[in-house]
Amino acid sequence: MAEMHAPLVKVAGLSRYFDVSAPWLNRVLDGQPRLILKAVDGLDFEINRGETLALVGESGCGKSTVARLVVGLYRPSAGSIVFDGVDMAGLGGRAEMAPIRRRLQMIFQDPFASLNPRGRVSAIVSEPIRAFRLLDDERLIVERVGQLLRQVGLSPVDGEKYPHEFSGGQRQRISIARALSSQPEFLVCDEPTSALDVSVQAQILNLMKDLQRQLGLTYLFISHNLAVVRHIADRVGVMYLGRLAELGPAKTLFALPRHPYTRMLLDTIPDLDMTGRQRTPVAGEVPNPINPPTGCAFHPRCPFANDRCRSERPEPKLNDTGSTTACHAVEEGRLPAGPLTQAA
Amino acid sequence: MALLEVERLRIEFPTRRGTLVAVDDVSFSLQEGEVLGVVGESGAGKSLTGNAIIGLLEPPGRIAAGEIRLSGRRIDNLPYEEMRKIRGKQIGAVFQDPLTSLNPLYSVGQQLIETIQTHTEMTPTQARTRAIELLAEVGIPGAERRVDHYPHQFSGGMRQRVVIALAICVNPRLIIADEPTTALDVSIQAQIIALLKRLCRDHGTAIMLITHDMGVIAETADRVAVMYAGRVAEIGPVRSVIKEAKHPYSHGLMGSIPKINDDKERLEQIEGSMPRLTEIPSGCAFNPRCPQAFDRCRVERPDLMNAGDTLASCWLYAHG
Repeated sequence: MAEMHAPLVKVAGLSRYFDVSAPWLNRVLDGQPRLILKAVDGLDFEINRGETLALVGESGCGKSTVARLVVGLYRPSAGSIVFDGVDMAGLGGRAEMAPIRRRLQMIFQDPFASLNPRGRVSAIVSEPIRAFRLLDDERLIVERVGQLLRQVGLSPVDGEKYPHEFSGGQRQRISIARALSSQPEFLVCDEPTSALDVSVQAQILNLMKDLQRQLGLTYLFISHNLAVVRHIADRVGVMYLGRLAELGPAKTLFALPRHPYTRMLLDTIPDLDMTGRQRTPVAGEVPNPINPPTGCAFHPRCPFANDRCRSERPEPKLNDTGSTTACHAVEEGRLPAGPLTQAA
Repeated sequence: MALLEVERLRIEFPTRRGTLVAVDDVSFSLQEGEVLGVVGESGAGKSLTGNAIIGLLEPPGRIAAGEIRLSGRRIDNLPYEEMRKIRGKQIGAVFQDPLTSLNPLYSVGQQLIETIQTHTEMTPTQARTRAIELLAEVGIPGAERRVDHYPHQFSGGMRQRVVIALAICVNPRLIIADEPTTALDVSIQAQIIALLKRLCRDHGTAIMLITHDMGVIAETADRVAVMYAGRVAEIGPVRSVIKEAKHPYSHGLMGSIPKINDDKERLEQIEGSMPRLTEIPSGCAFNPRCPQAFDRCRVERPDLMNAGDTLASCWLYAHG
């Protein structure tokens, strides 16, 4: 058992490569090389007990792959994931994984696809209890399911219904009840509110915060929505093409972003305060991850890129605000503080 | 005269268990060169309203009552061929998913040229030149080369630019944009919003922008209509609706949006969810969720009424 002040999850050098080559015969006939997609490429982060770490980024940046790696749905190609002192990458079969599995659960994006349409809600929610043999007595299981449903704002009688009888928000509540039923300490949430309408999103975000406080949960929260992340997270990591561009406390990261990509992302958020701020949309798109740019992957879109950025990959370094930033320009002090638009 | 007038529009879906009213008594108008945002949650009827205007309502949905007029001419009861001439020439459309709006078997140039030649007298060479101009105008680099590429060779953001080029290719006076940025990443979304704004300014095109994203509306629209359960809850200048919404629903909706420079511990939340079409309550459709509902709200349905800067369909603003 690790000490209490140690981080609950510690990820070091985490990488996951996918082989996206053409079939062997085609490769031989056409003389094509193997193609490797580096979805996640050397990630380091820690998550402390009771905190929420959010990973943000655009599609294809590898954030969902990280979520799947952390819960063990993918095996890492390199690096380690240490959960409460145990390296999950080193664990062999199902039996060795089982005690850890109970303690971490996942909530998926699409509440329409992640619930078995033929199962009653009570069966869906009680499945982890049965799978991990947490309770034997059927009466106790029924009681526990009712308690879980109440905890997520549903009623115990809803257990008799099927998923199709519920709206998207209610289904996401069922997913949360199911995730909580094995009494986990750590929840990995992959875009849990992206499929929901804003008013329902607010209900789910509030529920997740309440549950975190009541049960002392730790969250890894994956999202593309910066405003949602700002609201829910204690610390935020900004991902770009499989690597962390910047990682730091949510407050600092949003108030004093250092990495040019973070600044660009913040600049794209529509202005709900109607201050009439002029935004300069940054040109360009995320490059193909199969063939990423050399050096810093962001350099083709970065207004501050120089020769070093084009050739040498920047490593994450602690900056003056207490965040870590992987950027040569920040490290060399070439970058003025403040919003990108004023600096550029 | 307004460019587009929608008056007491009602869209119904006949089903075996009775008729569902998906859009009920919706009225609004759009001036030349104006951007009207239509915002609401899924199922509020915003896309149906847009589809009804361009005459692409999917059966069994049908317009059961009301009128749609473009520059004073009634267009909701036109025969299919007549409407086809208006669509594309006078009303352009941009949909959410750029991949399904383009034909994968034709190059984007062929699709642009076909549209241009359907609506104008241009020769093939002229049409091709125009197609290249259009691609350049919507910000596609290397337009001369890209014109011969197929949709799959474009990224999502670039595809949406092609769709916008298709929508504006014969200078329509109105564009119906249904969730044009929803399928795109935030940085691309900002680029597309900027593009739509520029087109609206340069050509004086009016845009009806349908979205669930209040941020997009705040950036783009002049006026905004908030829809709830097939009805317009509130309509007014975008600033007034965002800063001081009068209808309890639009107020709650604004409060439930997480904001980037906000340290609120909890978001405001509206309890419950939007009713299904089969279960729309009597009186005001929002009354079971409304913190300020009183007796009248439960029995009598409010029309849009004057609520200061905006019009709100809410009995709180009944005078006398």
